[in-house]
Amino acid sequence: MMNFLDKDNLQSDIVLIVIFTIAILTMPIWLQPFGAAYPDLMQKFAIFGIFATGFNILFGLTGYLSFGHAAFLGVGSYTAVWSFKLLGMNPLPALVLAVIAAGIFALAIGYLSLRRTGIYFSILTLAFAQMSYNLAYSVLTPITNGETGLRVLRSDPRIFDGNGSETGPLVANLFGIEMTGLSGFYFCAVVLILVSWFAIMIFRSPFGLMLKAVKTNQNRMGYTGLNTRPYALAAFIISGMYAGLAGALMCITDPLAGAERMQWTASGEVVLMTILGGAGTLMGPMLGAGLIKYFENIFSSFNESTLESVFHFLPEGMREAAISVAGLFVGEGWHLTLGLMFMIVVIFLPGGIIEGLRRLAKAVFGRKRADDTPQRGGDTAPTGH
Amino acid sequence: MSISKTGTSRRTILKGGAILGGTALAAPHLFIRRAYAADYLNAPTGSTVTFGFNVPQTGPYADEGADELRAYQLAVEHLNGEGDGGMLNTMKPTALKGNGVLGKKVEFVTGDTQTKSDAARASAKRMIEKDGAVMITGGSSSGVAVAVQSLCQEMGVIFMAGLTHSNDTTGKDKRANGFRHFFDAYMSAAALAPVLKSEYGTDRKAYHLTADYTWGWTQEESIKAATENMGWETVATVRTPLGAGDFSQYITPVLNSGADVLILNHYGKDMVNSLTQAVQFGLRDKQVNGKQFEMVVPLYSELMAQGAGENVKGILGSANWDWKLQNAGTQAFVKSFGQKYGQPPSQAAQTCYVQALLYADAAERAGSFAPCAIVDAFQGSDSLDGIDSASNKGFVFDGMGNGQTLYRAADHQCFKPVLVVRGKESPKDKYDLLEVVDEVPAKDVWYEPDNPMFAGGELGECNNGV
Repeated sequence: MMNFLDKDNLQSDIVLIVIFTIAILTMPIWLQPFGAAYPDLMQKFAIFGIFATGFNILFGLTGYLSFGHAAFLGVGSYTAVWSFKLLGMNPLPALVLAVIAAGIFALAIGYLSLRRTGIYFSILTLAFAQMSYNLAYSVLTPITNGETGLRVLRSDPRIFDGNGSETGPLVANLFGIEMTGLSGFYFCAVVLILVSWFAIMIFRSPFGLMLKAVKTNQNRMGYTGLNTRPYALAAFIISGMYAGLAGALMCITDPLAGAERMQWTASGEVVLMTILGGAGTLMGPMLGAGLIKYFENIFSSFNESTLESVFHFLPEGMREAAISVAGLFVGEGWHLTLGLMFMIVVIFLPGGIIEGLRRLAKAVFGRKRADDTPQRGGDTAPTGH
Repeated sequence: MSISKTGTSRRTILKGGAILGGTALAAPHLFIRRAYAADYLNAPTGSTVTFGFNVPQTGPYADEGADELRAYQLAVEHLNGEGDGGMLNTMKPTALKGNGVLGKKVEFVTGDTQTKSDAARASAKRMIEKDGAVMITGGSSSGVAVAVQSLCQEMGVIFMAGLTHSNDTTGKDKRANGFRHFFDAYMSAAALAPVLKSEYGTDRKAYHLTADYTWGWTQEESIKAATENMGWETVATVRTPLGAGDFSQYITPVLNSGADVLILNHYGKDMVNSLTQAVQFGLRDKQVNGKQFEMVVPLYSELMAQGAGENVKGILGSANWDWKLQNAGTQAFVKSFGQKYGQPPSQAAQTCYVQALLYADAAERAGSFAPCAIVDAFQGSDSLDGIDSASNKGFVFDGMGNGQTLYRAADHQCFKPVLVVRGKESPKDKYDLLEVVDEVPAKDVWYEPDNPMFAGGELGECNNGV
């Protein structure tokens, strides 16, 4: 049942992608009980899923921890909005241009940063991203519109559709379908499914294997006469392009690009997402992204009256106490909840939520299969028979 | 070789695919059908109506956000007829009866803007799409206000701006669905200029330190124009990065620049830090060009004054409102705010409280929550006394703490007296830090909608969202 989490062959990949596709497309239904089935949040799930998947190609496979990925997200966003402003509100050119721009930007930053490894690499990427953020915030205001954020205006040329739609809303428009609400979500979902498939192919390819080798022992790779930097750079560029794609989708569903998207906190967020879900796993980063966005949007919205209705079954005195304790963890305290959860996962499940699911699966179905399915590597070797 | 080796025929797969595809296609329609039931977005159908309060609960302006939220909760209580009614008793004209709005009980949802445009838009969208909010209000910075205002315009709900001081909010970024009660940088400059003239004379050399983003620039532009107009010379305008923390490298050059006035176009923590450091550098004790060195903070707030403590003494600035004003509206509001929270309200709280009441009143007068009906209700054909201008037209109200106020139809900006305040020499407690020097009447801070500092935008059409 759960063996698609472990085995890497084509058949289980197809099973995985089919289940994944169904899960993504039916999100408006099964997210209802969680209070998360509204378009904006589901769009965010898909977009940050793409972002985290791309980040995982770099971090999960090569082990290079980039602290500056938000810069590519920002570049993608600004490119997309400029594409709207100059070319028109069709999302397809915006997507393509954003991915290209982010790729070029990643090439430049990656070329410089990958001269170092480990902490020095992380610091370099962080420095570049923070530099980009400050440039976007003030110096480059003519291009980025600074703090206010870049938006599409009625006066923009939009050479392919500008003259016809003087009164229509300024939202992205795929051949007549407005990219807001649920149609925006389905657009993001389709892109998510496509790029996830692409990520799986990278994981399974000889190129992916080479990246894993870079992670395992770069020195040994060097001694065999192989130059690893081109591989690491390629992974960096691909993951930057994923980030650019995510940035473009953010603007397609909501045509505004703000500089704070490039801030170091945004870069840190994608690291959290990946580690929380499980770095180096296929679906982990996406789960992490969903979880963090859920907390950010739903937990932060709980206020005292929500808590009151949750705890109304308790007697008077206890209710007050329960509300005041729970109040610390919701509303403006949602960061606290997230921090606790992150600590618990990192301490008890170093492999992220995916490892938790695996252990669960093993506990439920696993005893028999643990015998007939040899595990890859030594890290999850069956014990305790 | 059999093609059905896997046990499924091609036909079954096709059938399954068709069902799946059909569900996927139908899914959007299952959820958006509701939206077409009414003639505007989120029309309340039950016995309640939902407002969305979008304030910074985390980040640099969290203090302001917390005070705004307190004010909103108080406003909801008063609208629903709980508590002592606050400004409902002093507001005139008013259609509010203290039984909710249009007979519906007011409920609210809250969101955290984090003082980031993205987060603010995400939480506003959540309140509109999920919680069914018919109006969004709040915010404590201009970037967020502009971002959320244009979102509300696109989605089709009303936006009542909270604390936002940039000229752009009702200037080049104005929107039909958006309204601002707070004053702006131009008004600050216009109100401060005569006071600066009488206090410091016409022969002064000014040095600007400006937060390097949109609000700082409009502030600097406005003050520079107003002071140069009365004969001051601008020695230099220096941009400082937001959140710089240490301003010493920017303050040292001031000492040797020959300037005798330092104007700090900073807000929040930046202002607290730059002002404190300027005082520590001994600027205030200096004599330059035979004159006492002075400092000016164009936009004051109580919370910033609390942060800067001793250092604000004697320093001039402007404010939208102060809790020590002696008018009926202010007293009623301060009384009920003090009873509920044990402290006086900040100007951010006042503008948010007033915005919530004004929206409710407009809905009551319009007989509908439809955004276009609300916009119509704010149009009006009243005008302020003593201002001879074709654009002096809109909705006039009084008794909300600021004196007679015009919601101008041309740009949805409020015109009312602006306060010039000074840091008190001997404050009684931490809420008593500012004293009102002058109440500059609306006619002295008036500008036309096509003033070059505001031109370039257009309101556009109101949007009902369907």
